[in-house]
Amino acid sequence: MWKKIYEWLDERLGLNAMYTNLLDRPEPRGNWWNTLGSASLFLFVLQGLTGIFLTVYYTPSPDHAYDSITYIMEGVAFGWLIRGIHHWGATLMVVVVFIHMLRVFVTASFKYPRELTWLIGIGLFLTTLGMGFTGYLLPWNQRAFWATTVGTQIAGTAPLVGEFILKALRGGPDLSALTLQRFFSGHIWMLPAALAGLIGVHLYLIIRHGESYYPNKED
Amino acid sequence: MSDHELSRRDFIKVTTGIVGGLIGAVIGLPAIYYLIDPALREGGKDAWIPIGKLENMEIGKPYPFSFTRVMVNGWERTASSFGGYALRKSEDPNDILILSSRCTHLACTVNWNEEADAYLCPCHDAKFSREGEVLDGPPPRALDRYTEFRLTEDGSLEIFFSENKKTG
Ligand code: HEM
Ligand code: FES
Repeated sequence: MWKKIYEWLDERLGLNAMYTNLLDRPEPRGNWWNTLGSASLFLFVLQGLTGIFLTVYYTPSPDHAYDSITYIMEGVAFGWLIRGIHHWGATLMVVVVFIHMLRVFVTASFKYPRELTWLIGIGLFLTTLGMGFTGYLLPWNQRAFWATTVGTQIAGTAPLVGEFILKALRGGPDLSALTLQRFFSGHIWMLPAALAGLIGVHLYLIIRHGESYYPNKED
Repeated sequence: MSDHELSRRDFIKVTTGIVGGLIGAVIGLPAIYYLIDPALREGGKDAWIPIGKLENMEIGKPYPFSFTRVMVNGWERTASSFGGYALRKSEDPNDILILSSRCTHLACTVNWNEEADAYLCPCHDAKFSREGEVLDGPPPRALDRYTEFRLTEDGSLEIFFSENKKTG
């Protein structure tokens, strides 16, 4: 019975072909370093899920942001777990993505035909950092407030366009409700959308080219 | 390889399935609990609220009272005001009618009006008798009553207020 249903679906969706192409594709001999991309992907999904759950209680308003987070930590069942995963997952994701990038660099996997994969990877890394930067402000505590003050100030030192960038990031000359709101929007909509799109192309390219062989002594 | 032995491939598949399932359960179940948590909570608190000394309440004359309750909803506190009138009908300290002053139409506050001998609502001109019955206007039913009350030893009248029932 299940077999029949599966066959019916497979005939229309091509599940078997998808399986062979996506999960059963040939891989060169590699080692644990090759799993870091998948680890990044897993962390991205995990951050996405825990993040969605956090928005059930979090409020991006200067009046309530801090209280709503305190409520998540102390008032809601397992709030500490959901927030804890999201909090530590964020740091872990930056680290894992960075090491993944290092391994690609060390094994020289960015060469032809994978230059685009590498370029998109740089976009992924920067966007991941952006997620960390925007997320850090959301608790709206002293640490977050001053970190963002300093961070946006640094962006503001750019020549010519500095002041414009600073105002665009803050939504005005100072940190305010507008800053919190636009960081929130960036953190939950714009940057994740960008990440998801970039990851899609990144993975497509990986499947298209297959993974690179490790350089041997002759190289 | 014999049929009983697990191939490396199958081993990986099974392990992935088990580990994945575990992670899913460890995160998934708390996540569901987290989501429905507010629905599992008992709503607000119940309390006895003093509304005045019995000796100050003239027999046959509605005695106004009011009080505020702070409700905590998650990270937000809202102070709501409540009020009403206590009417002693005889010397018997238990012969008291306690009405909520919240209009049963759209929740404006009604006021006792001596001349009209009625509670008048400023919003849509409703009129309630001293017993709380609708005399005129749009309200669908009589004024709510605080039916549970008690007298303390020092002679003050207390009403039972339940945030769950939302009387008043
Ligand atoms: C959100 C972040 C990222 C995700 C989810 C991700 C995902 C992946 C996955 C699943 C692979 C397969 C092979 C492996 O795991 O080693 C891969 C390979 C690759 N990644 Fe990433 N990646 C991310 C960030 C980056 C960054 C920051 C760079 C470099 C700037 C990069 C460059 C590459 C390249 C060039 C390959 C091909 C390696 C090869 O074929 O051996 N990726 N990525
Ligand atoms: S609210 Fe009292 S009459 Fe409408």
